[in-house]
Amino acid sequence: MAAVVTLENKVVVKDFKPEVSPDWCPGCGDFGVLNALFQACAEINLPPRDLLVVSGIGCSSNLPGFIRAYGVHSLHGRALPFATGAKLANQAMTVIVTGGDGDGYGIGLNHFIQAMRRNINVTYIVMNNEIYGLTTGQVSPTSETGMKTKTTPHGNLEGMLNPLALALASGCGYIARGYSGQPKHLMKLYVDGIRHPGFALIDVFSPCVTFNKVQTYDWFRKRVYKLEETDHDPASFHGAMDKALEWGEKIPIGLFYRNPNPPPSLDAQDPGLQSGVLVRQSLGMSREQRQKCIEEFM
Amino acid sequence: MNEADLVVGIGGAAGDGVASAGNTLAVSVARQGQAVFAYNSYQSVIRGGHSWLRLRISARKPLNHGDQVDAFIALNQDTLDRHLQELKAGGLALYNSAKLKPRYEPPTGVQLCPLPVPDLTPAYQDLPIMQNTVAVGAVIGLMGLDFAGLESVLESTFAKKPQVVKINVEAAKAGYDYAAAHFRPLSRQLQKNNQKWALMTGNELMAMGAAFAGCKFYCAYPMSPATHILEWFAGHAKEYGICVRQVEDEISVINMSIGAGHMGVRSMCATSGGGLALMTEAIGMAGMIETPVVVVNVMRAGPSTGVPTKTEQADLNQAFGASQGDFPRIVIAPLSMTDCFNTPALAFNLAERYQCPVIILGDLLMCEDNETVDPAHLNVAFKIDRGQLITEADAEPGREPYLRYKDTPSGISPRAIPGLPGHLYVSGTDEHDEDGVLLSDVFTDPVRRKKMVDKRARKMDTVLDHVPAPKLEGPAQAEVTLVGWGSTWGVLVEAAERLNQAGISTNHLQINLLIPFHVKEVTDILSRSKRIVIVENNFSGQFARHLRAETSLVATGHIRKYDGEPFEPKHIVAGVKDILAGKNLVQVLSTEPGWQTNHPTGTSGDWSGRLIGAAVDA
Repeated sequence: MAAVVTLENKVVVKDFKPEVSPDWCPGCGDFGVLNALFQACAEINLPPRDLLVVSGIGCSSNLPGFIRAYGVHSLHGRALPFATGAKLANQAMTVIVTGGDGDGYGIGLNHFIQAMRRNINVTYIVMNNEIYGLTTGQVSPTSETGMKTKTTPHGNLEGMLNPLALALASGCGYIARGYSGQPKHLMKLYVDGIRHPGFALIDVFSPCVTFNKVQTYDWFRKRVYKLEETDHDPASFHGAMDKALEWGEKIPIGLFYRNPNPPPSLDAQDPGLQSGVLVRQSLGMSREQRQKCIEEFM
Repeated sequence: MNEADLVVGIGGAAGDGVASAGNTLAVSVARQGQAVFAYNSYQSVIRGGHSWLRLRISARKPLNHGDQVDAFIALNQDTLDRHLQELKAGGLALYNSAKLKPRYEPPTGVQLCPLPVPDLTPAYQDLPIMQNTVAVGAVIGLMGLDFAGLESVLESTFAKKPQVVKINVEAAKAGYDYAAAHFRPLSRQLQKNNQKWALMTGNELMAMGAAFAGCKFYCAYPMSPATHILEWFAGHAKEYGICVRQVEDEISVINMSIGAGHMGVRSMCATSGGGLALMTEAIGMAGMIETPVVVVNVMRAGPSTGVPTKTEQADLNQAFGASQGDFPRIVIAPLSMTDCFNTPALAFNLAERYQCPVIILGDLLMCEDNETVDPAHLNVAFKIDRGQLITEADAEPGREPYLRYKDTPSGISPRAIPGLPGHLYVSGTDEHDEDGVLLSDVFTDPVRRKKMVDKRARKMDTVLDHVPAPKLEGPAQAEVTLVGWGSTWGVLVEAAERLNQAGISTNHLQINLLIPFHVKEVTDILSRSKRIVIVENNFSGQFARHLRAETSLVATGHIRKYDGEPFEPKHIVAGVKDILAGKNLVQVLSTEPGWQTNHPTGTSGDWSGRLIGAAVDA
């Protein structure tokens, strides 16, 4: 363990494999999400020491414990602000945020919208299973209307949240949806998302085999089709919005939108970060700098 | 305490320019060697209402805003009506006679100083705000100070607009000369001297002190009365390489701050009580994942939205109880402006040494109002103690596995900055073992759970070694020991002096470290006191309860105030007399002796004003 990985050494999947095995239910969609992430990190040759994985709380948010990198398993719904602070403090790290639909689209929804608007350069992977799993099967913001769960015994009265349309409206520059049953396709979406110079959303259908008996692997398999196999132009905002609104017998996965002229990310623009990575700066100020500050008040 | 001090009031509606006139006056007198303590009593409105700014001015630094008014500038009729009766013989009231007329007879010996503003400055026609400049010029002369100080302030304020400088200087000079020719100067005159002062708020001192101490990340959501910390940081971020962000809410604020702190930068955020309430869950996270973070709570009157522009010390229980579960935290309440400047450095050192959240409790009185500070005390290279921090330089990979939460004798585990080779770890808000791996999913492991709680708790054992214990001020033996915490220090110092002068021997103990508590030292001091009188700016005596919990000491008397206004020395003096006469609890109410209102809640003071002429409608 504790192997030094330098850029000369090609990073391989094994470098990210954890000492602790994931304790997800057998068959959980999150395994596919995690394996694709190993592949993507190896593909872009990212040394584990340069990777910070931040999550919230929930089954899927246990992910940082199952990948060898720097990790933070933060609070329910708060992974994005934590990761934003971390990225601003050390722009040199690649920051990936993981969580579930309850974490990101429920309790953390405000932060999700703000993070996209803010365009912090992190990659957000949401394992969307349309249910609350760790609390054993309650309705989620992405549960379909009418869905019966433990807390909606008469059917969900509320509308489904559409994370992709919301992301488009919020200024997100990279918007994709994957399916954990198609890990190779998912891996490619990750690679491009991590390389995108700004906030990237990858919403992943990640079936909950224990508590969601509707959106099963079989359900998704019958419905999903890849945008890459159509004439969809990911540079088209309006085309992406049309695709984001598709839901029913056919559901698109793949790259919905990539801003062809992405604006600089927050961390690239912040005035306080122009002198370099914050954590590498020396602390305190010179006598002359201090005197200048004081004299403003005299 | 201050024989030669003067209190000048400036009153008007929000939007009348009270704050800028006050600032011009304060900087002008500070440039002539005078120390200032300002207190602005205002409301949460952008236009209208009543703003009443008092500047206590003296060659000797005032420690509070005092409890008298020697002169005032009325910018509207309401101020003239409301405050005229507060003036004592020898005092004076300045106002624009083209706009205002006294409706009440002034108290005996009080001089009315009508300024014919339109005749003094032609610019008034287009710029009614010029009345403020004329009045400031007049009052400076009547206090015995030079015009040059004011002129230099007007020049620097409007430096980019020479024409505006000219108009203002002419108006101020006209006011200065008119007052010299027509009014009696104040009986107590200020003496010009060469002392240099910086005029700053506690918020600005806190921000600057934090930056000098190495704060590299600051994040906040605008909330009175803490917003000026954010504004100072925003204005200095680029020049000094500090990441400063305003974000969507205080939940985001604290999580970002902890995220930045986790990566190894010194990180701070500030808010007021309602914001601290939103931050509480994450404060527990900082305790659990052992990330240093400094949280400033500039207290205002609560509960809930409360009185956003008024001061109070009622968030002690909230600071103690912020977040669920047991975890180490440190709570510090600065006592003064100097303390506002020094406390962030102490807080960062403690936060990094003990890898825990540190809460600083300021309040509106201390943090939002201007005070002069000796600049010689400010250019400080603070000692920076980062604790057991593993940085790039000393990272040696390949030895034994790195344990982020290693169970050490001190409880402090060496902290590696993420990004180092050979130190990969996960920090979890779930209970975790020394290597960071979660325990919460392990089938009952009481041994490891207890070990980790003990490890974190043990860190607090040595905090008291790094913070000086409070010291008794005044005579060792006294009839009365005043005990306060935080910002009431200055008012208690003066109250103790006045009580001693009145023949009631009084000493004084002020507490700044609330958690952990100097139990032994405080118990030693207070167990020798004849009468403990606890003074605090809240209803329920939150500190009195804390003192009793920590030391078993029960006070003889309590002086409390929760009407939104700060204590003045006279309140404490009167309160102590009541307690000596047998009262246990004195609840102080601020009153304006000259004012009554038609509002159904009635009068807020003894009414002594008499209307001028029967025809005037009251």
